[in-house]
Amino acid sequence: MPSLFEKLWQAHIVREEPNEPTLLYIDLHLIHEVTSPQAFEGLRQAGRSVRRPDLTFGTADHNVPTTDRSLPIADAIAAQQIDTLRRNCQEHGIQLFDINSPEQGIVHVIGPELGLTQPGMTIVCGDSHTSTHGAFGALAFGIGTSEVEHVLATQCLPQNKPRTMKVQTSGALSPGITAKDLALGIIGRIGTDGATGYVIEYAGEAVRNLTMEGRMTLCNMSIEAGARAGMVAPDETTFEYLEGRRFAPHGKSWESALEYWRTLGSDEDSFFDKVVQLDATQLEPFVTWGTSPGMVVPITSHVPDPADAKTLADRQAAERALEYMALKPRTSIQDIHIDRAFIGSCTNARIEDLRAAARVVKGYHINSSVTALVVPGSYEVKRTAEQEGLDRVFSEAGFEWREPGCSMCLGMNPDILQPGERCASTSNRNFEGRQGRGGRTHLVSPMMAAAAAIKGHFTDVREWEFK
Amino acid sequence: MERFETFTGLVAPLDRANVDTDQIIPKQFLKRIERTGFGEFLFYDWRYLPDGTRNTKFILNAPRYEGASILVAGKNFGCGSSREHAPWALGEYGFRVIISSSFADIFSNNCFKNGMLPIVLPDVTVLELLQRTQENEGYKLSVNLEKQIVADEIGLTATFQVSPFQKYCLMEGLDDIGLTLRNEALITEYEERKRAS
Repeated sequence: MPSLFEKLWQAHIVREEPNEPTLLYIDLHLIHEVTSPQAFEGLRQAGRSVRRPDLTFGTADHNVPTTDRSLPIADAIAAQQIDTLRRNCQEHGIQLFDINSPEQGIVHVIGPELGLTQPGMTIVCGDSHTSTHGAFGALAFGIGTSEVEHVLATQCLPQNKPRTMKVQTSGALSPGITAKDLALGIIGRIGTDGATGYVIEYAGEAVRNLTMEGRMTLCNMSIEAGARAGMVAPDETTFEYLEGRRFAPHGKSWESALEYWRTLGSDEDSFFDKVVQLDATQLEPFVTWGTSPGMVVPITSHVPDPADAKTLADRQAAERALEYMALKPRTSIQDIHIDRAFIGSCTNARIEDLRAAARVVKGYHINSSVTALVVPGSYEVKRTAEQEGLDRVFSEAGFEWREPGCSMCLGMNPDILQPGERCASTSNRNFEGRQGRGGRTHLVSPMMAAAAAIKGHFTDVREWEFK
Repeated sequence: MERFETFTGLVAPLDRANVDTDQIIPKQFLKRIERTGFGEFLFYDWRYLPDGTRNTKFILNAPRYEGASILVAGKNFGCGSSREHAPWALGEYGFRVIISSSFADIFSNNCFKNGMLPIVLPDVTVLELLQRTQENEGYKLSVNLEKQIVADEIGLTATFQVSPFQKYCLMEGLDDIGLTLRNEALITEYEERKRAS
């Protein structure tokens, strides 16, 4: 039986010729303010139109301020970019969830939330974390601006067929170990280019047991292992999440959709070019120590010594990373003190992430040496959190409670680290300068970030005293 | 798009692995709505010190690499964000060819869309190229896309792989949206099939 990927690939072929990339049909195209303006400009210059505005949806998320939205945007160039998105969507009849609309949020949070993301779809967006949507059993991948233009004009994309990799987990995750730790554990194991050229399918007990939000976190990080996409076969968890959502099929269409979706899973004998086995019971909470997501160790461990690296290139990379991160080899991870904590991003800003972090925070106050930020992934997440009183838990503990957006994950808006500041972050990239020039990022789960904010240094959340 | 057939240029070495697109073009420069104006910000945090002056220690700032148009770099070049601003910045700075032992998928695609050629060579060859670049001032490489060969003037020759379609588009300077639109009938047919099911 063909794998999930193979089924989706076959179902979307518009044209297939030898020695040419396959022309694939795209079911859903998500756009945002940063990677779309040049694509629309290209259309205009070539006198082309948007083929399927009804399959295209926009939101502003990357550069939006997370402070009071009733005020004008202080950054004139950012404001112009948002304005350009608005004009382009208007001109081409594309539905836009604008910065003050109740649906606004990070593109990879609102797609699933609105039920736009569905099993069996091909989904693209000019953003590498589009892999998130694979959690629903969709083939979802990030594209560049020229490809955004291509999809706008043709609703198709020529693609070379990627190879397939199965990450087969065995056993369940222990308490305190989250989808983020599973993702970091996989990247630590296969490396940041370990899945380059592949689409990953995640399988096994630990993956099946994840909620949809956990699966999104896992698939989101696929790109950090170099993968073209990550996916999880749809099951009852998927269908339960989707039922009744605004853009999900309703009534009779829901029934026929379900029937199709149930046929999508891979089988025991499905072919994969590569299989990676992972014992999920052995995973611990992870913390990155370097400037690449693959530079990661368990909380109980220490900063590695570059001298132990396997190759010269790895050793040089580790030395450079430690210099940038201002860390000494063999420092215990729990002895690393932080200045900032960021709970947010398309990786970890959904309601379950905020609930998990709030459970840690409840009854505590953040350390006097730390400033901390919670940025919900969408207005929907924000509203739900406020109904549950999570905003008060965070505020009373000294966290700032903000408006939704990408925020300090990439620091395109005013939320950035100052040079030398060290941050426990629930985002996805610890690259040099990612959160602000000279800023030092340690990637962790929401619970680990919350615990670090309170202690002032990294700590093992498995030993946390919940109040 | 400018055609790519043969190309000879000065080589610059960037002996680092996992050079991500955040390094190639930092986020504060992504707010432009044009495809141009990114070259001056290429590798900004490495090329310039925090006070805005040139970082003379950064290799691309060395006078001998001024005017370089071929970049040789460590593995997994262009990883991270999908931002096409990265090849725009590299191209505007003057690079037409990037050589590494591996590229991130999206970055590699983005290069081809902009008339730039990412060449994958084995680790040992990349190391050799880095060494030759450093040892020979004014070191140049010639690239023949038709024959899929890279060669220098002192005896090194290497062949590389490129997909036939990407090669064709690059050599003809083709707009691949135009190519896809030739399949209008097939696209419509697909859409109708889908509507019916």
